[in-house]
Amino acid sequence: MISKRIVLRFPNRLIDQPIVCKLVKDYDLEFNILKAYIAQREEGLLVLELKGQDEEYNKGIDYLTRIGVRIQLLSQDIVRNNAKCTHCGICISVCPTGALVIDSITRKVHFYDNKCIACELCIPACPPRAMEVHF
Amino acid sequence: MAKTITEINEKIKKGQAVVVTAEEIVDIVEEKGVKRAAQEVDVVTTGTFGPMCSSGIYINIGHAKPRIKLGGGKCYLNEVPAYCGFAAVDIYLGCTHLSDDDPRNKVYPGEFKYGGGHVIEEFVAGKDIRLTAIAYGTDCYPRRKLETWINIKDVNEAVLFNPRNVYQNYNVAVNLSDKLIYTYMGVLKPNLGNANYCGAGQLSPLLNDPLYKTIGIGTKIFLGGGVGYVAWQGTQHNPTAKRKDNGVPCVPAGTLAVIGDLKQMRPEWLVGTSFQGYGATLTVGVGIPIPILDEEIVRYSAVKDEEIFAPIVDYGKQYPYSEKPQVELGEVSYAQLKTGKIKLHGKEIPTAPLSSYPKAIEIAETLKDWIKSGRFLLTEAVASLPGPESGLTFKFLKERPIE
Repeated sequence: MISKRIVLRFPNRLIDQPIVCKLVKDYDLEFNILKAYIAQREEGLLVLELKGQDEEYNKGIDYLTRIGVRIQLLSQDIVRNNAKCTHCGICISVCPTGALVIDSITRKVHFYDNKCIACELCIPACPPRAMEVHF
Repeated sequence: MAKTITEINEKIKKGQAVVVTAEEIVDIVEEKGVKRAAQEVDVVTTGTFGPMCSSGIYINIGHAKPRIKLGGGKCYLNEVPAYCGFAAVDIYLGCTHLSDDDPRNKVYPGEFKYGGGHVIEEFVAGKDIRLTAIAYGTDCYPRRKLETWINIKDVNEAVLFNPRNVYQNYNVAVNLSDKLIYTYMGVLKPNLGNANYCGAGQLSPLLNDPLYKTIGIGTKIFLGGGVGYVAWQGTQHNPTAKRKDNGVPCVPAGTLAVIGDLKQMRPEWLVGTSFQGYGATLTVGVGIPIPILDEEIVRYSAVKDEEIFAPIVDYGKQYPYSEKPQVELGEVSYAQLKTGKIKLHGKEIPTAPLSSYPKAIEIAETLKDWIKSGRFLLTEAVASLPGPESGLTFKFLKERPIE
């Protein structure tokens, strides 16, 4: 079983196509939409948590790649600028998934990007603006 | 046997002073007892790193040719207005000031990405800052307009002068209303969704000298990565605030006005910060050494998180609208706050800090190194801060309608 958080970028020729439903019907994958929008120049962006049997998951990804969807792991898109973070800890109050937590010993803030769902609530809540989004 | 600051300084000069942080002294006193700790330890260092809105800098930019008198005119640093109601080329920039065209809270909640605090951070970092000014012109100062880059290394004086820093204890902010609110204590979720606190607890300077026995006017301190001094009691200094038996206030109490040469400070200890929906500010690093003169002082400095209590305050209704708490929400220890949750009204509420404890440790450790290596000597206070006996208290504004 594979479960990954991925960012899909759709070229504008695909934005009116029912693509995610194919992943469900043909490859028996489960999905959870974390974010979806159509940006300027009509490129579509979809952040999904995608889950399924290894073989089916890979076939699903192959399908997406074949039709022209660009795929990237989510963790590459929300980053912490470590030079700016002061480890104050206020971000943990807005993070809904526990991706930002305070170490009980060192009192430093850890960012577990595998838990991040890119909700972006931490971006304006961080006083020194250390959390950055790179979609 | 009591020690004097002169004796401690002699030991520092010889590299023989025993210096520990306010965290380390807790265990030392527990292990060795108050008497031995007072004999063996010479200095306890404290630290805090949090947003401190009453902060700012003054600069003398040097005279232009032909001369210009900014006093009575207007001036801006990177578009952020600075105060110039002084002599010709002295200006003061407060950290919460915003550029005239900043949208503020017009699009709610505002982002406050760039304000006076950010200008200060960039200026300290050695970046060029754009100064623009207009003046009315006089016979001796004929010029009316000035646009130039300025740099910290070229100006005559650059001084950090903060009218209120280092609050002795602070509120724990919660929200009893049913709306999400954006405050200087961070985002507060409705119906007690979270609780935010701000303070270094057992490392915080004024909590380790709760009755201002050693910290006074003239005390030499770590300020913004450089050396500064306590200039005066801070604004809203409230020494008569409620205290526990250990002398430690259980509500916001004393404050300090501090001053220091900005030219030797560092941008990592003066950070421009933005509070969503609230404003821009400066996050300041301050560390104060406490000379261990006797057993009483070492006992105060050994205070620990379990013994320091902060009041829980509702920022939904109580704080903005009333003088006295309408609902007594109680108090909670820093030890409890640091566990990540508190209990209130039968509900478990997650907590989060606004002031950085890791940075507070770093400040206390840095100050410790400075003193151990002999490059930082302690000063005798030239005057005491008003203490509980002064009767000094914090007043609300008495509004008198203008007919």
